[in-house]
Amino acid sequence: MTAPSFRASGRIRTVRIGGTPADGGSRGEAVEVGGETCLPFHRFEGEMPLRPVVAWEIPDSTPVDWCETLREPYAGVFDDPVAWARFAVERGARLLCLDLRGAAADKGNRSAAESADLLRRLLGAVKVPLIVKGPGPGERQNEVLTACAEAAQGERLLLASAVEEEYKTLVAAGVAFGHAVTAETPIDVNLCKQLNILMTDLHFPPDSIVIDPLTGGLGYGLEYTYSVMERIRLQALGGDEMLQMPFICFVGAESWKVKEVKVPEEREPSWGDRARRGVLWEITTAVSLLHAGAAVLVMRHPAAIAAVEKAIDGLMEGTEPQRAQRTLRMG
Amino acid sequence: MKLTGLQIFKLLPNTNCRECGFQTCLAFAMKLAARQVSLDACPHASDEAREKLGAAAAPPIRLVKIGGGEREVAVGEELVLFRHEKTFYRKTAVAAQVDDRMAPEALLARVREASSFSVERAGETLRLDLIAVKETAGDAARFAAAVRAAREACTLPLILVSRDPGCLRAGIEAAAGSRPLLWGAGDGNAGEAIALAKEFSVPLVVEGSGVEETARLAASAVEAGVHDLVLSPAAGGAAARLRDFTLLRRHALARSLPGAGFPLIMAAGGDGYDGAVAAAAGICKYASIVVLENPEPWQYLPLLTLRQNIYTDPQKPLQVEPGVYPIGDAGEGSPLLVTTNFSLTYFMVSTEIEASEIPSKLLIIDAEGQSVLTAWAAGKFNAEIIARAVTDRDLEKSVPHRRIIIPGYVAMLSGDLEDKLPGWNVMVGPQESADIPSYMKDVWAKAAS
Repeated sequence: MTAPSFRASGRIRTVRIGGTPADGGSRGEAVEVGGETCLPFHRFEGEMPLRPVVAWEIPDSTPVDWCETLREPYAGVFDDPVAWARFAVERGARLLCLDLRGAAADKGNRSAAESADLLRRLLGAVKVPLIVKGPGPGERQNEVLTACAEAAQGERLLLASAVEEEYKTLVAAGVAFGHAVTAETPIDVNLCKQLNILMTDLHFPPDSIVIDPLTGGLGYGLEYTYSVMERIRLQALGGDEMLQMPFICFVGAESWKVKEVKVPEEREPSWGDRARRGVLWEITTAVSLLHAGAAVLVMRHPAAIAAVEKAIDGLMEGTEPQRAQRTLRMG
Repeated sequence: MKLTGLQIFKLLPNTNCRECGFQTCLAFAMKLAARQVSLDACPHASDEAREKLGAAAAPPIRLVKIGGGEREVAVGEELVLFRHEKTFYRKTAVAAQVDDRMAPEALLARVREASSFSVERAGETLRLDLIAVKETAGDAARFAAAVRAAREACTLPLILVSRDPGCLRAGIEAAAGSRPLLWGAGDGNAGEAIALAKEFSVPLVVEGSGVEETARLAASAVEAGVHDLVLSPAAGGAAARLRDFTLLRRHALARSLPGAGFPLIMAAGGDGYDGAVAAAAGICKYASIVVLENPEPWQYLPLLTLRQNIYTDPQKPLQVEPGVYPIGDAGEGSPLLVTTNFSLTYFMVSTEIEASEIPSKLLIIDAEGQSVLTAWAAGKFNAEIIARAVTDRDLEKSVPHRRIIIPGYVAMLSGDLEDKLPGWNVMVGPQESADIPSYMKDVWAKAAS
């Protein structure tokens, strides 16, 4: 008897991150995400042409709030974002996420010019595409991300994040300098759709939008994110064009702020080894969101990233290996 | 599969005897199809009619029970593919595996570690559910000894993992009376394993290569009189497992494949993080039982927390009742904290207050279930609303020190709130709930002394 199968009437849009010399950029290779006509990894009944991608998070300034487990692997590069980026690429990173946390008033108050300068140095040091994450919605973020957008014209960044109250400036910067933008809404199908409509109403191309559904970490709202992603994806594959964008999930930031990754084994002996428990916290958050449709996972711990890359390999098994984009090397 | 009125009509005697209270058998059949009457009203219904209608009324995935007593495991009875459609009902049972190659002390240590793990989290006690004992050497006495040791060391139900009928029999005898799950019946031993499950009335895993073969084997076990089955569509990579589990769940819900309507089991193997990765995938996508082949204590809390998240009922309101919640043995001198009634906010804040070990009162404001910043932005959590809650609940009396701690994210409310609550001292707490314990230790302790 044939199994009841899932028939999609829509396709998730393919979003390209990273500008190669052909685009007027300097990335060695672009990363593409999206393109599905099936539920996540259901390649037995539809297409999932592109592999989900892990982006390594690169803080712009020493992340003093990162816990011991996270500091250890980055010991040699902890104070140097450029060295940090090289370190990540040497370990196989195909995409980086520069977190401009230091631009926040209470975290260093870096100027837009300083942030743009750091971005330039990063672009010079590595050839992989970049996500650039601002310090949070508001005037400062608009200023900083606009400066970055201009400094990286042609590099096709993914700028994060536009929100309903503050999307026009980012959309304008994206259009003017050819970048993609994430659209962040608080775990809600209708708000998500509404922001996508608002952005495209300003003639922002829908294939330059990546949905940030707002990630709840494991044990702290993960199930809301998981289900809203499943609902958005079902509606998108059902034909709703204003939801047919790939997802980005900020897994690392949400996973590593919770108590369960920090409590030492001496205090809770039954919880087991703290470092591995913490790494698994990040892995578990990522693996569940992959099953809900995540296309870009922004992550922190190298061991967690390695395990998730391996998990993606396993879930993509049995078909042609996917390259994000044919390589266009410079010179 | 749900039967139509006409399909049911064909199973009825068609005598129009009216003893059921309806004018015709057809009218009665229509009522049966609409589930408005029971077949019991027809005194002349054949056994065939009873069996077919009974099967149509059964849940699409059979409820299977393993073990007994307080720690009995019940899996199955799921009704949906996606948790937001309704909810997932019976939490994935998680098993830690030992094998008969292990030194007795190592086996005991692992069983004790796994069976004693217990963490209170958001109103639930997170625990493992089963111990799997795996046969590796074809030696019945050795396997029986391992089963006996596991059974003596804990009260969790057991899974006996072997394909060797002689070993399985020895294992069942060693686990006598505890209703273990046999894993199981497959290519080469199906007849004997099914006979054993029948002889001892224990549940059985049937394992085939792929969806169809597994279901066929299950159907043949049912024919042989074994009804408590669990399915394992054999090994394969993560992609194949996701495909097979998805197809089996769909077949079961649609009743489109005989033998598919049973819970699913998987082994989560591999070194390092691989086993836990497989287990996490299984918890999300349709595994009713996950066996951790290389269990380690650091895996338990993340995996059981994922299970808690995925199996939380999405139909339940996300809000807690507004009010003043005492945490610990709170009295007049205890700190008063305030936050919104979003259930996750409440859970995080109350957990951290508990961790601080300082008995406190937590004032929960009706902010329509929104988190602090969202509620503030929407005008549901402002100075006026907080002040009114303090006044309405007469906190001037029960909190004589008149200090109130507000979330760090709404520090901007502090001036306004002091204006609206004359005589009160508004303190600004941390932004993240994780920082509450250190705040209580440093800031509150100083303020209160």
